[in-house]
Amino acid sequence: MTWDKTQPMVSIKNVHKAFGDLKVLKGVSLDVMKGQVICIIGPSGSGKSTLIRCVNALNDIQEGSILVEGQEVNDPNLDKLELRKKVGMVFQQYNLFPHKTAIENVMMAPIRVLKQDKATAEATARKLIKKVRLEGKENAYPGELSGGQQQRVAIARSLAMNPDVILFDEVTAALDPETVGEVLRTIQDLAEEGMTCILVTHEMAFAREVADHIYFTDRGVIVEHGAPDTFFNNAQDERTKLFLSQIL
Amino acid sequence: MDIFFEWFRHLYDTTGINLPFIYDAYDRNRMIDGFWMTIKLSITCLFFSTIIGMVGAWLQGSPLKWTRRIVNGYIQVFRNTPPLVQMYFFYFAIGSLLPKVATDYGGEAPLLGSFAWAAISLSFFAGAFNVEIFRSGVEAVPKSTIEAAEALGFSRLQIYRDITLPLALRVSLPALNNNLVNLVKTTTLAYAIAVPEMLYEANQIWSDNVNVTEMMIFLLLAYFFLVGILVWGMNRWEQSMKIPGYGE
Amino acid sequence: MNNRPYKTDMPVLLTVKPMSGDKFNFKLKLWHVFPVLLFVLFYSTFGFADAGPAKSSVFETLVRWMPLLLKGFLFNLLISVLAMGVGTAVGATLGLGQISQSAWVRKFAWFVTQFFRNSPWLVLLFFAMFLLPFEVEIVGVKIPLPDWLKATIGLSLPVMANVSEIVRGAVKSLPSGQWEAAESLAYTRTQTLWLIILPQCVKRMLPPWMNLYSILTMATVLASIVGVSEVMTLTGQVLSSEGGRPELLAPFYSFVLLLFFAYCYPIARFTVHLEKRFAVIS
Repeated sequence: MTWDKTQPMVSIKNVHKAFGDLKVLKGVSLDVMKGQVICIIGPSGSGKSTLIRCVNALNDIQEGSILVEGQEVNDPNLDKLELRKKVGMVFQQYNLFPHKTAIENVMMAPIRVLKQDKATAEATARKLIKKVRLEGKENAYPGELSGGQQQRVAIARSLAMNPDVILFDEVTAALDPETVGEVLRTIQDLAEEGMTCILVTHEMAFAREVADHIYFTDRGVIVEHGAPDTFFNNAQDERTKLFLSQIL
Repeated sequence: MDIFFEWFRHLYDTTGINLPFIYDAYDRNRMIDGFWMTIKLSITCLFFSTIIGMVGAWLQGSPLKWTRRIVNGYIQVFRNTPPLVQMYFFYFAIGSLLPKVATDYGGEAPLLGSFAWAAISLSFFAGAFNVEIFRSGVEAVPKSTIEAAEALGFSRLQIYRDITLPLALRVSLPALNNNLVNLVKTTTLAYAIAVPEMLYEANQIWSDNVNVTEMMIFLLLAYFFLVGILVWGMNRWEQSMKIPGYGE
Repeated sequence: MNNRPYKTDMPVLLTVKPMSGDKFNFKLKLWHVFPVLLFVLFYSTFGFADAGPAKSSVFETLVRWMPLLLKGFLFNLLISVLAMGVGTAVGATLGLGQISQSAWVRKFAWFVTQFFRNSPWLVLLFFAMFLLPFEVEIVGVKIPLPDWLKATIGLSLPVMANVSEIVRGAVKSLPSGQWEAAESLAYTRTQTLWLIILPQCVKRMLPPWMNLYSILTMATVLASIVGVSEVMTLTGQVLSSEGGRPELLAPFYSFVLLLFFAYCYPIARFTVHLEKRFAVIS
């Protein structure tokens, strides 16, 4: 499939997903252009996390299509390996490998999956750890790092694969308030460098400042979306206004 | 060395404390043989019970219902029946069904001797516990960690080899070590089918020399130190495998 | 694919769940006796075809000797109950000794516990059989110690050591906040122990204690090696009285295995059930 920069990098069209009988996504569509930062917000259970997990094929979808750089994700013959080289993901629970040091965590995937040699992988890993401002902690194990530090290692780990788009699934939800800032700053740096990001988040101040577009989901559908200014100051739908009044 | 041994004979003459397995060469050799037999039996059973444990844990994850049921049935039977009766069953009941082989001097001997049956019986006994231990270890690896590896593009085999197995091993190590210690203690059951291990040889010596008290105390001390060394060694290994930051 | 919602707890590695027997959904019901009887019946026809006209079938032999074997099994159970009782009483004391304030008591209790924990059960059994006198004299009264009683004492030694460890483990597993709260309420150490700590420990001690009982029951057959007349010795005697027929070996040993399984498996399942009920959310 040919794809060029004028087309959306990620194109979600009318996606339906159910867990057994429970319908979680009921026809969601959104487009993400290259270099954009998209924030998806909404109450719990609205399907936000499920949605982005569908983008890198961790969850399957029953109906609809998801195109990543022109490649259909909802395809039984999908090469998941190729997809995950393009799409990185950072989880709420960081999910670092506890038996490897920070730098080994970052190096592992390039060596095993991209088949890089150890020297190259290590050099890249060091650069990335420096980039997320964790210089000096290369040889620490995850158990010895704080939550915010672990999350930044997780971000470095995804970056090591050189993805085209990164998915962030409520990455600050489990952190202490003091450490939330350092993680958000790291994401902001990435965004300013032009990385395409899709974030599910509760951090409204961050969304307002960094996002190019905000989507509000509730009970499996996108209720409203818009640029940050319009969205926060001039919400149209009642549900959006209710949610914003509770959050802000 | 002889002076050392003779001192014990002198001890016997003066105080009546009879330790023939030190001063008498024949008894000494018997005792040493018994000790090595215990070690040999323990190592053999350790090896096979570990394999049985790994195979059993793998079969337990089989999609076939009857495979799972047979494995679970095996575990429940071997864990809830006396190992001594299991050994008798193997040695007498199954042993009598096997064909006999001709010995050099024209007689007939059973195909498998008592050591073999003791090893088989105890391996299955310890193996039943190992299956549960291995399974618990694999289950203790959080699904989210596996998912993070998936999101990085690792294949199923790579995940099993680089993440699941190392973590599962570290988690199950205390239980595996406990099982090993119990195995060494259970080798004494082989006495019942005349395997010449430590207890058997000690019995022979006290039957010849009528020095039950001394032999008993020696046996207790011998096992105390044998198990003690094993536990110490296992603790050292556990410590070296410890993941920093996890646990305490 | 993972459909479970994320927990807010952030395990680096999950704690190991207690061993579950739950995957094997087998509840011992009365009708389960029938497939067993069917098997023995099948075996008996097989045996009958093998044996000569004068010999009775395997099934008949088994049924004939069953009352005796069952009586022997009940004797095993008696030994197990007695050994458990004595072992628990002494072991609990030893366990409390391990958490004593006095360093000497602690060290002594620890040493005794480790010594008897590291020893094989069979060796301890021999130890008791040979070194205990055949009768004791207490306050002028001569009490004979028959073999089975010596065996019971011998088996209570490892029980004592394991109960001591169970008690110590349970007390240690309580959060130190409990002790601190009691201290700040001006409880003495004894009061804290008996009113606050131990009542909470009972729940935690029950599953491993029941597991120990199951192991002990299975260990009572060791008494056959030292000559006590329990189910295994009786089985051996029965087999030899039947002329050592090889076709009887498997059925008779299977029957003994079945007896123990029927007794110990429900205990194991109940223990798993208790573990789940008393699962501590820490």
